[in-house]
Amino acid sequence: MAVRSASPENIYATHPEKKVSLYFMVLGFLALSIGVIFGPFQIFNYAGIDLYPALQPIFKSYYQGLTLHGVLNAIVFTQFFIQGSLLYLQARDSDIRPLMPVAWAAWWIALIGLALAAWPLLLNNATVLYTFYPPLQGHWAFYVGAALIIVSSLVSVFLSVEMWVRWKKQNPGKPTPLVTFMTTATWMMWGLAAIGLVVEAVFFLIPWSLGWIRGVDPLLARSLFWWSGHPIVYFWLLPAYVSWYGLLPRQAGGKLISDPLARMAFLGFLVFSTPVGFHHQFADPGISAFWKGVHTVLTMMVAVPSLMTAFTIAASLELAARSKGGKGVFGWIRVLPWRNPSFVAQILGAVAFIFGGAGGIVNASFTLDYVVHNTAWIPGHFHLPVATASTLTFFGIAFWLIPHITHKPLAAPRTALAGVWLWFTGMMFLAFGMHMMGLQGVPRRAHISAMSAAHDGIYASSSFYMVFNAIAGVILTIAAVQLFYVLFATLLSRRRLPADQVPEVPIAEAISGPEGKNGVKVMDRLFFWWGAAVVLVLIVYMPTLVQLFMHMVPAPGMRLW
Amino acid sequence: MDNEKLIHAIEQYERSWLLFALVMIVVFLIFIGYTLTGFAFYVPSAAERVDPTTVRSEGGLFANPRVEQTGDNVYTAYVLAQAFSFLPGEIRVPKGARVIFYVTSPDVQHGFYIRGTNVNVQVIPGEVGKVEHTFDEAGEYLVICNEYCGLGHQDMIGKIIVEDK
Repeated sequence: MAVRSASPENIYATHPEKKVSLYFMVLGFLALSIGVIFGPFQIFNYAGIDLYPALQPIFKSYYQGLTLHGVLNAIVFTQFFIQGSLLYLQARDSDIRPLMPVAWAAWWIALIGLALAAWPLLLNNATVLYTFYPPLQGHWAFYVGAALIIVSSLVSVFLSVEMWVRWKKQNPGKPTPLVTFMTTATWMMWGLAAIGLVVEAVFFLIPWSLGWIRGVDPLLARSLFWWSGHPIVYFWLLPAYVSWYGLLPRQAGGKLISDPLARMAFLGFLVFSTPVGFHHQFADPGISAFWKGVHTVLTMMVAVPSLMTAFTIAASLELAARSKGGKGVFGWIRVLPWRNPSFVAQILGAVAFIFGGAGGIVNASFTLDYVVHNTAWIPGHFHLPVATASTLTFFGIAFWLIPHITHKPLAAPRTALAGVWLWFTGMMFLAFGMHMMGLQGVPRRAHISAMSAAHDGIYASSSFYMVFNAIAGVILTIAAVQLFYVLFATLLSRRRLPADQVPEVPIAEAISGPEGKNGVKVMDRLFFWWGAAVVLVLIVYMPTLVQLFMHMVPAPGMRLW
Repeated sequence: MDNEKLIHAIEQYERSWLLFALVMIVVFLIFIGYTLTGFAFYVPSAAERVDPTTVRSEGGLFANPRVEQTGDNVYTAYVLAQAFSFLPGEIRVPKGARVIFYVTSPDVQHGFYIRGTNVNVQVIPGEVGKVEHTFDEAGEYLVICNEYCGLGHQDMIGKIIVEDK
């Protein structure tokens, strides 16, 4: 049925941002396809089964695999996909063309950064995990590459804000379109959040790895890392929220119930995402209990916009289902488009986030955190928001966006559907197994399947939960093969959809819109809210950081792998 | 139902939900504050900052990692977490002992996590972390390094033996 029609150049002609967005997303998925390979090896380790010898001599250790898994999946894939998809959504929503040379510069910087970082990672010269805490010292190319990747993200911040400013000038007095508002707020949030990593890399890690400075203060570096390290989770999640608010209701055949409420949630994230990093450092000596407490309160605040989101999404979907004849207290759920892999991927991601959010509240609860800090509970937790909510949503977006951009039909939609269900199921097994092992006192990021005989059996109390991890490993391997098959078969297909079958950008209307609402006008002053976020971050970080800067205890670098 | 009525109904649900969310958060914060005041719980604090390159050499605070009695059933332990072991590797105290731990690292970051207790400290070179715990139950407690420190990380495990007397 598919006929060959427009050539690629014609496809890109009207909207040149299509090409750069596609390049970003594909580069991200390529990184993910490598990083995911190590996933089964990691989870089988936590099932007590050591498969790493099979990777010898190409990959040297569990820890090298873990580093590649973390960096490629959590840092590279997420960011590149977000750079591509948000750029495109904002451009189409506001009908503003991005500064194309700048957009391509961002892509090239990202590519060079990835290549530089990948070189020492693949040669086992930067086995420092994706948190790269000093004094473990990797090869300089890893830090320079990582810094370039962050620089590329800051170029995306500029692109988004510049497009928004241009739209405001062309449309004086009008409220910013919702998707544009959400993407701009997301990038502004990240622009502030990224500063910690930039300072850590530029002033400490890069000169130190090149031998220009003797040492780095590990606590200062940790604090700068977590300045960015928690909001980076919102940077991964908010693009999923953009889709859940802005597109998903329409994909379900309905409308978003409240446009102003969506804006309020994003402003909450813009202001409260960053001043929360110490909740990753409850166990650190050298940071006062008072400031840890302040960060606890602010972390709890940032749960509120997520709880708002849960309400709005669920209510929008319920209304969509009822308008199509859905009945009953829960019966309406059956009417939702369960055959559409894009919809199902996103809704399963959102369901996983309910558990992810609940676990996050546990982690942020000052006193409870000591029970779970650096145990297997933590990776069990973050595989829900990042590896399920964000990743499944990104696959869901790709399932319509790649056909939209390339005019190529989604290959094997039934395989895609099976893949997202299996991914969700596998992650649920993984999350259960890992959370429970954490409560049994099993540490995170440890090669526990290859311990010396002297410690035989010390984690035997977790044997039951290890079974869940083994099952998760099998299910997730199948799911990954299915999802990547669908993705690459679509991209490499030579078929083209006829023009009238190419999916549109499904931007949802709102039942309660933004027009004529004073609150919306106040919320539209994004620079003011960005400023408020900066002030709040300075208040909660500066007393501690200044103290640390003034009394640095530099530690020399070491390579212990 | 017309649009106006629908929006009105949704807004009411929405307000209730937001109220519920806010109350929930406040209740959680109250619980956190309450547990901060007790529950065999101790926020790791910084005893002092030291030069990690000299901390274990002669004359350094941790030249002789040890546990010593410092009061009536009070013990003080100076623990060096290093790649890939704890010094002392085994700590013996009587049941009911209150133990004050000073922990630091001469090389990279480690974890000092006593399984089955709330003691969980990030061991950071340059920082002397201080925590305490009262061991009311006799038995063998594992001290587990729970921060990646290199190839031998998974085998970095120590012991605290609480003796029944």
